[in-house]
Amino acid sequence: MTLADVKQGQKIVIRHIADPLVRVQAIRFGIAEGAEVTCSSVIASGPITVKKNMQEIAVGRGLAKKIRVSPVEDKI
Amino acid sequence: MQHCHDINKAIAIPAGARKIVLVGNPNVGKSVFFNALTGLYVDVSNFPGTTVEISYGPLGRDVVIDTPGVYGISSFNDEEKVARDVILDADIVLNIVDACHLERDLFLTLQVIDTGKPVVVALNMMDEAKARKRMVDVDLLSDLLGVPVIPTVATRKSGIDQVKAALDSARPGIIDHELAQHLAALQNRVAKQGDALLILEDDPHVAEYHGVEPGGMREEIYRRRRRRVDDIVRHAVKEECAKVSFRERLGQWMMRPFPGIPILMAVLAAAYWLIGVFVAQTVVEITEEVIMSQYYYNFIMRLVTRFIAADSALGAILAGEFGLLTMTPIYLFGLLLPLVVGFYLFLSAMEDSGYLPRVATLTDRALTGIGLNGRAIIPIILGFGCVTMATITTRLLGSRRERVIATALLGITIPCSAQLGVIAGLISPLGPGYIVIYVVTIVVVFGLVGRGLHRVLPGESTHLLIDLPPLRLPRLENVLKKTFHRTWHFLSEAAPLFALGALLITVLQLTGLLDVFQNIMAPVTTGLLRLPRETATAFIMGIMRRDFGAAGLYDINLTPVQTLVALVTITLFVPCIASVMIIFKERTWKESAAIWAGSFVTAFLTGGILAWLMGWLA
Repeated sequence: MTLADVKQGQKIVIRHIADPLVRVQAIRFGIAEGAEVTCSSVIASGPITVKKNMQEIAVGRGLAKKIRVSPVEDKI
Repeated sequence: MQHCHDINKAIAIPAGARKIVLVGNPNVGKSVFFNALTGLYVDVSNFPGTTVEISYGPLGRDVVIDTPGVYGISSFNDEEKVARDVILDADIVLNIVDACHLERDLFLTLQVIDTGKPVVVALNMMDEAKARKRMVDVDLLSDLLGVPVIPTVATRKSGIDQVKAALDSARPGIIDHELAQHLAALQNRVAKQGDALLILEDDPHVAEYHGVEPGGMREEIYRRRRRRVDDIVRHAVKEECAKVSFRERLGQWMMRPFPGIPILMAVLAAAYWLIGVFVAQTVVEITEEVIMSQYYYNFIMRLVTRFIAADSALGAILAGEFGLLTMTPIYLFGLLLPLVVGFYLFLSAMEDSGYLPRVATLTDRALTGIGLNGRAIIPIILGFGCVTMATITTRLLGSRRERVIATALLGITIPCSAQLGVIAGLISPLGPGYIVIYVVTIVVVFGLVGRGLHRVLPGESTHLLIDLPPLRLPRLENVLKKTFHRTWHFLSEAAPLFALGALLITVLQLTGLLDVFQNIMAPVTTGLLRLPRETATAFIMGIMRRDFGAAGLYDINLTPVQTLVALVTITLFVPCIASVMIIFKERTWKESAAIWAGSFVTAFLTGGILAWLMGWLA
């Protein structure tokens, strides 16, 4: 699945970011490939925001479609 | 050291002084530190080849230099390039980090440590971290980084003295073992470790300066650094699960259509009340109508007429209808100055509060429809202050086509604060109906121009990727300082143009050329736009500055419909000479000429259609 399919409140792991420049910026923000993040909000047909601890970033929908993620099952 | 930008050229460093450089992410309280360390004697200098301003001031025998807030140093944008060059030339780096945002901030910290510079870290906003139940083990953090770490709450001046004292014990930190080997391998070719690091990280400018190939290791180094940051945070930070605060919830709301759009409307209404009503009417009534038009005007007329006859040519140039000593300063200081101050107070407060990135997220969807992304809302909002400055900030957009679209929209459709003030003064007596028609017309043209360019221009636009800082109450000191600098910049740019425009119009008037122009323009003014012949003067003035043109409408007798048509036309008219010069500098000759000519066509075409529609409706 991609970041564009994520629901609000869902926990996910970033798997793959295609664009090298975006990848580098994501590393700086701490939301790089392998990072576990929470989707903090989904704006209808708009950006998706993800959060890791206190760090939050907004990702445009077009870009979110190009970011592969996988869901994290809640450990019970 | 001689990079493309050399700090020693921009500012005067006394002999023997150490360069203490402040470094940090955006909104970590860097400027509070800067003020606390340097006191009153602060200078601001424009960095060569950029629009980035850096402040510097003395601390004992040393010099403290501020840098723009950045997430890392490389050459992704002007701010980063300036920060990079100042850091590479530093003797000591004081890195300010936000205790609540260590995951993000420590990336820059480690990058600075990797340059080999002696570093002190100020761990700021400890009060906020405590309120969020976030405990940072300061000693452990210091051990892991290998540099002194001082906990501070800069807004309450707590820890500042300790930071000052720690500057003498600044030292190079711990560098990743593998990276250290790569750096050592470069040592005999590139003497400075900081330069070597940036070459390894593929910085094209630094590599070119040293005449070596970029190292091709950026992503690998970044990944290892990121892993190390996460590791440090895992060990040094203990967090209890804090509840979602009201502030965070508000931050989320601002980004959703509901209630985000109503919130944005409320903010814009507040801006309109502050600038369009309070400043443009109440304040200007005092500054323009009383102070400048009475006291100053009487004073200057008495002074001028003592030496020169008022009806002579020189008298007209100095003290006539468009006089250099009468109309120019009255308009500049009585009308423009209060408006511009009002706008920048508001904008600076918005910037410091963390609201703008949320507006960018909220408007992203709409802006992708015209080939931009949410980030473009920042130059657009700035354009309502000063189109010239906003045109420069289009550099922060990700692709060339986005920069062209944004520049064209700014040049054609966005009225600057000075113009808005004049327009507000002319249109508000006409009542809400006319205001709505005016706003709708401009918004429609904005959409059409954007969509058209989006269709026509080749290539692809970039997507939104933006940091959402926590919402904070802006600090008055900071807001005032920013407002002062921006107002100064605006005035120093507008004043000479204004004087030139006034001079030109007086000369045209004296030589009778103004009449000739009015006759040449008559088919457009009277035929197409159904306006009186004299409005041509306003358009000629508008080529200098649109607000100048709009102000020229004050003295012409117009019906409400004619006022509306004239205002729409002058809004869409060519941007001021300063903006045009910046547009030509930032864009190619062809693009700029197209934008300039396009604004003539758009203005007269829209004005003509509106005049026809209004006539048809009546």
